[in-house]
Amino acid sequence: MSKLLTITPSPHMHQGDSVNKIMYSVIFALLPALIWSFIVFGLSAVAVTLTAVVACIVIEWVIQKFLIKGEPTIKDGTAILTGILLAMNVPASLPIWIIFIGALVAIGVGKMSFGGLGQNVFNPALVGRVFLLISFPVQMTSWPNVSKTLVDATTQATPLAIVKEGIKNGTPISDLMAEIPKYTELLMGNMSGSVGEVSAILLLVGLVYMLLKKIITWHIPFTVLGTIFVFGGILWLVNPDQFVDPVFHLLTGGAMLGAIFMATDMVTSPMSKKGQIIFSIGIGLITVSIRTWGSYPEGISFAILIMNAFTPLINNYVKPKRFGETK
Amino acid sequence: MLKTFKIGGVHPAENKLSAHKAVEQLPLPKTATIMVAQHIGAPSKVIVQRGDEVKVGQIIAQSAGFVSTNIHSSVSGKVMKIDTVVDSSGYKKNAIVINVVGDEWDESIDRSTELVTDTDLDAKAITDKILAAGIVGLGGATFPTHVKLSPPPGMKAEVLLINGVECEPYLTADHRLMLEKGDELMVGTKILMKALNVNRAAIGIENNKPDAIKHLKELAKKYEGIEICPLKVQYPQGGEKQLIKAVIGREVPSGALPIAVGAVVNNVGTALATYEAIIKNKPLIERIVTVTGKSVANPSNFMVRIGTPTSQLIEAAGGLPDDTAKIISGGPMMGKAVSNIEVPVTKGTSGILIIKEEEGHRKPMQNCIRCGRCVSVCPMGLEPFLLMTLSEKNTWDKSEEERVMDCIECGSCSYTCPANRPLLDHIRYGKMTVGGIIRTRK
Repeated sequence: MSKLLTITPSPHMHQGDSVNKIMYSVIFALLPALIWSFIVFGLSAVAVTLTAVVACIVIEWVIQKFLIKGEPTIKDGTAILTGILLAMNVPASLPIWIIFIGALVAIGVGKMSFGGLGQNVFNPALVGRVFLLISFPVQMTSWPNVSKTLVDATTQATPLAIVKEGIKNGTPISDLMAEIPKYTELLMGNMSGSVGEVSAILLLVGLVYMLLKKIITWHIPFTVLGTIFVFGGILWLVNPDQFVDPVFHLLTGGAMLGAIFMATDMVTSPMSKKGQIIFSIGIGLITVSIRTWGSYPEGISFAILIMNAFTPLINNYVKPKRFGETK
Repeated sequence: MLKTFKIGGVHPAENKLSAHKAVEQLPLPKTATIMVAQHIGAPSKVIVQRGDEVKVGQIIAQSAGFVSTNIHSSVSGKVMKIDTVVDSSGYKKNAIVINVVGDEWDESIDRSTELVTDTDLDAKAITDKILAAGIVGLGGATFPTHVKLSPPPGMKAEVLLINGVECEPYLTADHRLMLEKGDELMVGTKILMKALNVNRAAIGIENNKPDAIKHLKELAKKYEGIEICPLKVQYPQGGEKQLIKAVIGREVPSGALPIAVGAVVNNVGTALATYEAIIKNKPLIERIVTVTGKSVANPSNFMVRIGTPTSQLIEAAGGLPDDTAKIISGGPMMGKAVSNIEVPVTKGTSGILIIKEEEGHRKPMQNCIRCGRCVSVCPMGLEPFLLMTLSEKNTWDKSEEERVMDCIECGSCSYTCPANRPLLDHIRYGKMTVGGIIRTRK
C-alpha cells in the first residue's frame, strides 16, 4: 500500500458556495436596475459605471500589489461590486474625473486602508459617495432630466429635493405632490435621481433573486423599509400637511437601493439576526429623520454609514440565542 | 409539520448510496486487531497474554473504572502479540492482535435467530449485563451504555430516546438495521426502558427513510410505550441535544447531561446490541459498517467483526479506487480521516467513506466576509467566527465566556463558510485548551 492519504480534520464536505459566487450573484441581482438606468440615462450612465468599475479594479490591484504586497484579490468580485454600487449612487451626468476620485476614496480609504476584503468598517461605495457629496455638492446634486426623449441636457430636482425645498418655503404638501411624478411612475423608474435609484421595481426584482438564492435573508431589507414606512407613517398621521406620506418615502431617493444592496453588505452589517434587526431599525429611523429635519433631502447613505459604525458594538453585545441558555 | 430542532442546522447532499443494500456478513479476517481503548473513558485492562487461546465472546480486556467497559475477542484463535497500533485517531494505542483460527464461539452464547421478546432480569441485572457485554454507544461517540443507564443520585429518567436519525450523509448502517432487525430493535428498546424504569420511549427517524418509518410504525403496535417519531431532515439532528429538542422539545442546559431534562438517548445499534446481550448472551463483537463513496464500485453494508482491518472492507466493496484522496472512518461531517488502510474496525466505526481526489482537498482560505452564515447554522447558538478569532489570539477567558465548551463539533460552520475558513479546527483547539484550564481549576 504505497498510496499517500490526505489527512484533514472533519468536516470532509463543503457546501460549495464561495465568496466569489456570492459577490457575482449580487452583481447579477443589480443588473436589471443597472440596465434600466442605461436605457433611461443613456451613454453618460454607461460611462460613469464603466469608469467606476475599472477605476475600482485598478486601484485595488495597485494597492494590493505595491502597498500591501500581497496576492491580488480583484478576482473575488468585490471591487467590481463596489464600482457598480458607487456608480449607482451618483448622478449620471457626473464628470468622469470626479467619479475617479470617488473610486479612489471608496477603495483606497474605504476598503484597502482597513486591510481589504472583509476588514472594512464602512461600506466602501458609500464612503466614496459621501466624500463626493461633501466635496462636490453642485455636481453631485445636478440630476439629468428624465424625459420621453431619454437624453436631455437640462437638469431636474429629485422628488425628495422638491419636497424639501417646498416645505422650507411653506408650500403645502398637496401642492408639492402635483409637481412630482405619480407613484406608479416612481415605482417604474420615471423620476430623476442617481444612476441606480430610478427604478424601485427592478431593485425589488434583484431583492427577490437574492432572497431565492439565499444570498441574503429578509431581515435587513424588510426591517429597513418597514421602519421607514412605519416611522414615516407616524409622522404623516400626526400632520399630513407638514410630512410626506410613507409610500413616498419608500419609492423615492435611495431607499430601495440602500435597503436592498447597501445595508445588506455582509462585511459592514451585524452577524446575528437580532443584531441585523437593531441595525436596520437604526437605519430606518435615521433616514427618515435626516429627510424630515436634516439639511440634506436624502439621508440613507448617512444612516447606513452611521449604523456601520455601530456594527462592531452590536456584534459585541447582541448574541444569538444560545442552546440551553440558563438564566 | 414534521418535528426538528430549532436553532441552526444545515442540509448537506444525502448521498445515501448504499440504502438499498441488505447487510452482508463479511468473512472473518486473518488477523483481528482489537484496540484496548474503543470507548470514551479509561482504556480497559488487558487480561490475556501472548500465546493464549481465545474463543469468540471471551473477555480479553476488563473494565478499568466506572466510565469504562469490557472488551471481548471477536474471533477465535491465538493471541499473537499485544502491541501499539495506529487507530483511526492517528495515534499509536494498545491493541491485542489475534491470529484467527476457525470460528469457535463461547458456549454461553445463543447463536439462534429465534426472537425472544421478554427477559426476567430486573433493572440492576440488565445494567450489569450490559457492562459485562461491553456495550457502548454505537452511533460513533462510544460512551459506555451502562453509565447512561445509571442516572446520578437525585435524577430520574422520564423518557428513553432511540436515535435512528442517521443524519450523517452517506451512512446507511442504522437505516438497514431498522429495516432488517426491527423486532430485535424493539425488544432491545423495551429492555432499555426496563433498565431505566421508564414507560415511554420514542424512536427518532429522519423522513428520508420512509421505509424504516413505515416498518417500525407497524411493529410499534405490538410494543407498548414505544412511539415512532418522524423528523424533518436536518443535520446535526443525530446530536444528542438536538434529538432531545426535536422529539420532546426540551433543551439540555449548557454543560449538563441529557438526564437533566429526564432524557436518555441511545442509538438503534446500541438497542440491538442490548437485545443480543440480554436475550442471546452475546457480547459486542460485531457491528454494521457502511462502506461507501462516490468512487466505490459497490457501496455496501457489512456485518463486521470488531478488529477487522479497513482494507478488507474496502476490498469487499470493490477495492480502493485509484483517485482516492481520503479514507474516512465515520461520516463526512464528523468522521476521522485515517492515516493508513489497515486501521481496524472498532465499536465506534459506523462507516468507511472513500473520498475521491477532486473532493478530497480544502480550498484556499479567504478573508472572513462577515456574512454571518456560521452563526446562522450553529445548532448550539454560538458564534464560530468569533471563537476562531479568540483561539487565534489565545484569549481563553473570553473563549470560555463565549461558551466554546458548548460546541458539539458537528462541523456545520466549516461546511458552510463561503471563505473556506477552518472554523472548527480552531474551535477544537480552543475547546482542548479551555477544557484543560477548567480541569486545573478543580
